[in-house]
Amino acid sequence: MSVGLQRVEPAPSPAPPESHARGWTAPGWGFVVKLLLMMVVNAAGVLAILSAWNAGAWVILGVLVALLVAADWVYFSRRALPLKYLFPGLVFLAAFQMFTLVYTGYVAFTNYGTGHLGSMQQAVDAALIQDEQRAEGSPTYPLAVLREGDTLGFAINDEGVVRVGTAEEPLEAVGGAVVDADGAVTQVPGWEVVPRAQLFSDAALQERVVALRVPVSDDATEGSIRTREGATGAVYTSTLEWDPAARTITDTETGAVYSPDDRGSFVSADGDRLAAGWYVNVGFENFARAFTDDRYAGPLLRVAAWTFAFAILTVLTSFGLGLLFALVYNDPRVRGRKVLRTIFILPYAFPAFMSALLWRGMLNAEFGVVNDWFFLGANISWLTDPWLAKLAILWVNLWLSYPYWFLVTTGALQGLPGDVMEAARVDGAGRWRQFRSITLPLLLVATAPLAIASFAFNFNNFTIIYMLTDGGPAFPGASVPLGATDILISAIYQISGVSGGRADYGLASALSIIVFVVIGIVSAVAFRRTRKLEEI
Amino acid sequence: MRKHIALGVAVVTSAALLAACSGGDPAPATTEGSSAGAGDGAGTELVVWSDAERAEAIKNAAADFEEDTGATVTVVQKNFEDLRADFLAQVPTGEGPDITVGAHDWLGEFVESGVVDTIDIGDRAGDFEQVTLDALTYDGQLYALPYAQESVALIQNVGLVGSEPPATWDEMIQMATDAGFAERPFVLYTNGAEGDMYTSYAFQTSFGAPVFVQDESGSYTSEVGLGGDAGLAYAQWIHANGSAGTGYFTDTVDYDIGNELFATGQSPFIVQGPWTIPTYQDAGIEVAVSPVPSAGGQTASPFVGVQGFYLSAQSSNALLANEFLVNYMATDEAQQALYDADPRIPALTSVAEQVSDDPVIAGFLASAQNGVPMPNIPEMGAVWEFWNPAQIALINGEDPTSVWTSMVTNIEGAIGG
Repeated sequence: MSVGLQRVEPAPSPAPPESHARGWTAPGWGFVVKLLLMMVVNAAGVLAILSAWNAGAWVILGVLVALLVAADWVYFSRRALPLKYLFPGLVFLAAFQMFTLVYTGYVAFTNYGTGHLGSMQQAVDAALIQDEQRAEGSPTYPLAVLREGDTLGFAINDEGVVRVGTAEEPLEAVGGAVVDADGAVTQVPGWEVVPRAQLFSDAALQERVVALRVPVSDDATEGSIRTREGATGAVYTSTLEWDPAARTITDTETGAVYSPDDRGSFVSADGDRLAAGWYVNVGFENFARAFTDDRYAGPLLRVAAWTFAFAILTVLTSFGLGLLFALVYNDPRVRGRKVLRTIFILPYAFPAFMSALLWRGMLNAEFGVVNDWFFLGANISWLTDPWLAKLAILWVNLWLSYPYWFLVTTGALQGLPGDVMEAARVDGAGRWRQFRSITLPLLLVATAPLAIASFAFNFNNFTIIYMLTDGGPAFPGASVPLGATDILISAIYQISGVSGGRADYGLASALSIIVFVVIGIVSAVAFRRTRKLEEI
Repeated sequence: MRKHIALGVAVVTSAALLAACSGGDPAPATTEGSSAGAGDGAGTELVVWSDAERAEAIKNAAADFEEDTGATVTVVQKNFEDLRADFLAQVPTGEGPDITVGAHDWLGEFVESGVVDTIDIGDRAGDFEQVTLDALTYDGQLYALPYAQESVALIQNVGLVGSEPPATWDEMIQMATDAGFAERPFVLYTNGAEGDMYTSYAFQTSFGAPVFVQDESGSYTSEVGLGGDAGLAYAQWIHANGSAGTGYFTDTVDYDIGNELFATGQSPFIVQGPWTIPTYQDAGIEVAVSPVPSAGGQTASPFVGVQGFYLSAQSSNALLANEFLVNYMATDEAQQALYDADPRIPALTSVAEQVSDDPVIAGFLASAQNGVPMPNIPEMGAVWEFWNPAQIALINGEDPTSVWTSMVTNIEGAIGG
């Protein structure tokens, strides 16, 4: 078959000139510089690894070690030339893009939020803390912390009688103890009184003292002595008991047994729930809620419609106005073009939230300058009428974003080939025809991707909504706190309770992911269509 | 090539550094053996989160504590608004502080999330204003050491309407009308078009419609008290003073506009908090402060907001933290210093009385003594979202019955669901 065909070995290419960063031959300082820089990187990396070790952050530690090893390999290996360029970018990509994405995705499948913030052990701690009450009428006793070997105990001064006990031994009166003028116990036979200074300096001892409960008597229901600051004690009672083996909490008074359910809460057989819970995986529930909860469905549909209208109209109006100004001020007959152009882009240079706040003041129906100056002082409620508020949002966003398009289209116009224009003119095309058939299509090739990016940005333009109207005016009587100018992202902020109240980060993450998918699809379709523009 | 490598290395370095930062606090600052200290608490560190106003006062109180115990107190300054979310997020991860400054209405959320520890001030309880302890109590347990309370009160322009406080709403309107302010006798702060039921709550309680029903011990239950005839009467009252009635209430008064209307003498009465007083006094207005007048016949009880020090449930220095709070921050000197740093009414009765030499403070204290703590149950978050827009709808002349009843239904739905 392959009669005359033979693989032709490529001629060995001449050895590439050795890089400055590698060569030992003169001058060689390139390698020294690289070595120094890599020493800095390694020093920083080792420091980071050590601190991750100290903090017990094992995942971070693993990632740091992997990154550091990879960095050293990439920059000292002969084979990884392309990676030398790519590695820093990849690190950034992983740290700032992938991590956030993956983490949001992870939270979306949990019920992380108010009441479900920590681990199960922390929920147990909280339940026990919240349950332990100071016994009614218990006096505050002067208290001393005692130590004998490894055993800790308390000595209290009960109106002149010194009683001593440990976690196992209930309080018992002892003789021979010394009490000072303030009533504090200073000496107990057979025990060492731990000085407070030592308590304060020894964190481990502190924790043991805070956790120590000395029963008042053999009867557990009478409560036990605890101290909070090491100098006084009082009788506390608690009714909840944690059984680590069975993973249940038992109420010794009512006999109710609280066991963990699959939603991250302790629930008794009667359905009583302990306040604190922990976060667990809830599967697709957060995603399903957005579509199945009928309280959300109606208002969210209206919000979604307005979000699309807002994003599309903003891009169209600001693109149109920016292009108009760009065409006018691109004409060589206009004097002082540079100064004028600079002034035009000023709104772009202001922070958007400041501008939005200013506009909010100017649009105030009673005191705002807009009504005073342009509408004869009429009380036009720009921010409280559903339609006028939408108009106000579009207007302010137009003001904020047309300079961007002015800038972009000015640049694109200046890059258009002059000969094509001239050819059109020679062929007898009028100004409108030139614009419509040549300028605009050529312009769109350059600007359409930017328009899509602008659409995606405005789709999530939380700042302007939050600062100008905060989503208001509210839908009258709606069962969710949403309003006529809420866009999806501000609606998520409201209904997930992140704005205040019972926060549900799981729901917020799930809804954000849905919005992300919507924008992704819209952008992908739009980019596909813009390719057609390039075929002109 | 070299340039690229240098750039690349710089990027890797910063990435590594950033990663290091996100990897949690670098090794906890262990200040080793400062043998000079009296007590050898060196090595233990107490972290306190505070807002800017209080940071200095806390540091001063901490100086004595550090000297006595040898421990270090690190005050971390944050925006007051950020404290709540940061505390909730960081305590479970172990990166939270031992103590944070906070408002009492965060308590319900803190308890549900298991991030706060109880505290016990024992016999000292009698030294504090009762309302401040009530506010920081949840299910019968005290969760924070109160240091300040605040509530809104009626502020009047002495130059325009004299210093005699009006007893009722009608009396106030009459005084303002006589002084020539028939068009805007009173400034109702509504936070622009968003609504603000916090400031005007005293008017609502004067109709006998509390936001949540209180049980006999004074704790709030989650039973909504807004409905019924009393609530409806209040809704009708707002409606009658909105655009469909006298026009005294508008949806255009935000914080700055309200202050300006009062500070420039365009209106003689306003209900606002103590934080606005410097604005008025700087404008040269002589103010008199008194409890909010009753509009519905009963006592007008404003919300009392209380601020306190919360103790983290995950603190590994609980003993030190308790010592600091109960024996150093609950003293007259410390509370006086906190007052000097930011003049809010102190929670310690003795200090509160001491600073009441100032008639303005005395006026706010009198108003607060009429007041009820703002509910600290988490359900409150859902209430604002429907309550505030209802105020705006009523001011804009919508039908009071339908607005108010649908608001009550929605609040009950949001709480139940």
